[in-house]
Amino acid sequence: MELSGGEIVIQCLKDEGVEYLFGYPGGAVLHLYDAIFHQDDVKHILVRHEQAATHAADAYARATGKAGVVLVTSGPGATNAVTGIATAYMDSIPMVVISGQVPTAVIGSDAFQEVDMIGITRPCVKHNFLVKDISDIAETMKKAFYVATTGRPGPVVVDIPKDITDPNIKIPYHYPDSISMRSYNPSVQGHTGQIKKAVELLLTAKRPVIYSGGGVVIGEASKELTELTRYLNFPITNTLMGLGAYPATDKQFVGMLGMHGTYEANLSMHQSDVILAIGVRFDDRVTGKLAEFCPNAQIIHIDIDPASISKTVKVDIPIVGDVKPVLLQMLALIKQQHKPDTEPLARWWAQINQWRTSKCLEFDRSSTEIKPQRVVEQLYEITKGDAYITSDVGQHQMYASQFYHFDKPRRWINSGGLGTMGFGLPAAIGVKLAFPDADVACITGEASIQMCIQELATALQYNTPIKIINLNNGYMGMVRQWQEFNYESRYSQSYMDTLPDFVKLAESYGHVGIRVERPEDVMPALEKAFAMKDRTVFLDIITDRTENVYPMIETGKGHQEMTLRVAPGTPIDRELA
Amino acid sequence: MRHIISILMENEAGALSRVAGLFSARGYNIESLTVAPTEDTSLSRMTLVTRGNEEIIEQITKQLNKLIDVVKLIDLADISHVERELMLVKVKTTLNNREEIKRLADIFRGKIIDVTNNSYMIEMTGSSEKLDAFVESLNDENIIETVRSGPTSMSRGEHGLHL
Repeated sequence: MELSGGEIVIQCLKDEGVEYLFGYPGGAVLHLYDAIFHQDDVKHILVRHEQAATHAADAYARATGKAGVVLVTSGPGATNAVTGIATAYMDSIPMVVISGQVPTAVIGSDAFQEVDMIGITRPCVKHNFLVKDISDIAETMKKAFYVATTGRPGPVVVDIPKDITDPNIKIPYHYPDSISMRSYNPSVQGHTGQIKKAVELLLTAKRPVIYSGGGVVIGEASKELTELTRYLNFPITNTLMGLGAYPATDKQFVGMLGMHGTYEANLSMHQSDVILAIGVRFDDRVTGKLAEFCPNAQIIHIDIDPASISKTVKVDIPIVGDVKPVLLQMLALIKQQHKPDTEPLARWWAQINQWRTSKCLEFDRSSTEIKPQRVVEQLYEITKGDAYITSDVGQHQMYASQFYHFDKPRRWINSGGLGTMGFGLPAAIGVKLAFPDADVACITGEASIQMCIQELATALQYNTPIKIINLNNGYMGMVRQWQEFNYESRYSQSYMDTLPDFVKLAESYGHVGIRVERPEDVMPALEKAFAMKDRTVFLDIITDRTENVYPMIETGKGHQEMTLRVAPGTPIDRELA
Repeated sequence: MRHIISILMENEAGALSRVAGLFSARGYNIESLTVAPTEDTSLSRMTLVTRGNEEIIEQITKQLNKLIDVVKLIDLADISHVERELMLVKVKTTLNNREEIKRLADIFRGKIIDVTNNSYMIEMTGSSEKLDAFVESLNDENIIETVRSGPTSMSRGEHGLHL
């Protein structure tokens, strides 16, 4: 089979089993788009801005575990994709981004729509390739998927100059079945001796806690994590990226940890003597002040990326390896041993249950204004906790993480590391394409949603009926909250004086818009929205503009210094904020 | 502490910028860096001198290993090794100092590789300290220019950095 460079790229995608290609055409990729025109196997999703293509592909990957694929043109097409590439990089999401480049003959001459995509993306990709010869395309594409999806996954950019895709130059096509690279060996088995040591330490723990993160979701080790946790009867906390890896409704789950984590999760960490850290990276939003992080704990850390180990927090027993097989080995070893004395663990649970009584997430339920937390609770009720939830970034993201109890992995789709506003809507489209029969809701705010609002058109074109839950408090809520706490309420530029009429906006894009202003109207509106199975519904919910996210570890403080909405010991219905 | 990291990497366009970019992005310092293809031209060998405490050096080697183009690396500070740097120095000469500069170059086992009626070019290899000492022994006013390769290094004995 003789194919042109453009046809080869598309054929590689077919052979890789790619279902959707998220993209936007332009001069440098016109040969590729012509190849797309001549086939139906790889479905192209035309977004309205390249950033959205990357977020949609990224979310598709987060929900399915398969690589998301993006096609953009050179220059501005490529730079618009950078935010989405960096988003995927920070959260270790497998993605292959094909960018057009100016013809090889003019590279370096400041040609029209030329940008050094390899140079620009170098710090935010797992790897990137510039294809300089048509005969390298197939192997490079294979390498791109291999690198993106193995080891600690991440985005890979393949930059292809226009002349390489010339329809008049054809060569025989062969897509390699497998590939190996001498400089890249992603499969790592955990060191048996280290695993043994870890097990010994775990069985002597008096105040243990399991701290697990996105690595468990990516490593498909949710089942193993759950089995291990239940067998040991240890308390478990998840990071923002790890939510759903352990069922949130389980009694051993103490909630998310970190800046807006629960009181019980953070205090369990602070007072623990042994921490089993799994697929986490001790991010600053998790650890708080490093000098005061878990002062009495010995730490076991399992991660596939050696560079994640002892990067910010020195650990005692590092285990470099794929989470799933390591957990399986641990389980097997633990089951051979006698169960430890249950007495200390019972005391530890009593302490944790006492912390739980602070009800740190509680809010004013009698308010006449709509509380954003209550909206998320109601969304949870109506979707029976089984929806895919995407979010943007800010207060609404934290409410979603605190009040939507994820029992399954890959259901919570958010930009955790980079914190990219504008992520939620295109992400919801990507998820809905992957799971057309599932409920998909985007929890957002009036500031975030405007960063990729144009994707409402994409949602209509490809019939991806999603529900947009716009928690509209008129402010960039998280910015406003920090300004209230740290800048004596000087709300510098965190308020938008002019907001669009979101109902009319949704309608003009061909969707349904509903405005909700009273607490009692929230549930009926949600019911109506979810009853419209085949329509995208934009719920513009006017929430309490003064509401803050609690509890909170303020910057520079440790886990033990949480700010609670209500001081311990006072009635929880008293609003301090 | 000073560390010499020896890196075997794919001889591909952009590989050097990945290493340099990693150092600037993560705020590590590079004292010197030298790179050229090896006897197997598909590979390049880079010698990189950096400074940092144990934790920083550990992160540097881990992050370097993570780069897809890096095949292998070794921190030579951990093992017995030999280190050599090449320097070229051009000095002004007069009738009065020509002999003295030649003697000095001989003492440091340097070679005069280019001569004009008012200058010498001296080639010298050795440890970085030796090159420093030679430069110091010359009168500053006489030095027209110097160029140094930065150290290259190998571990001692039968083992080596190869595929």
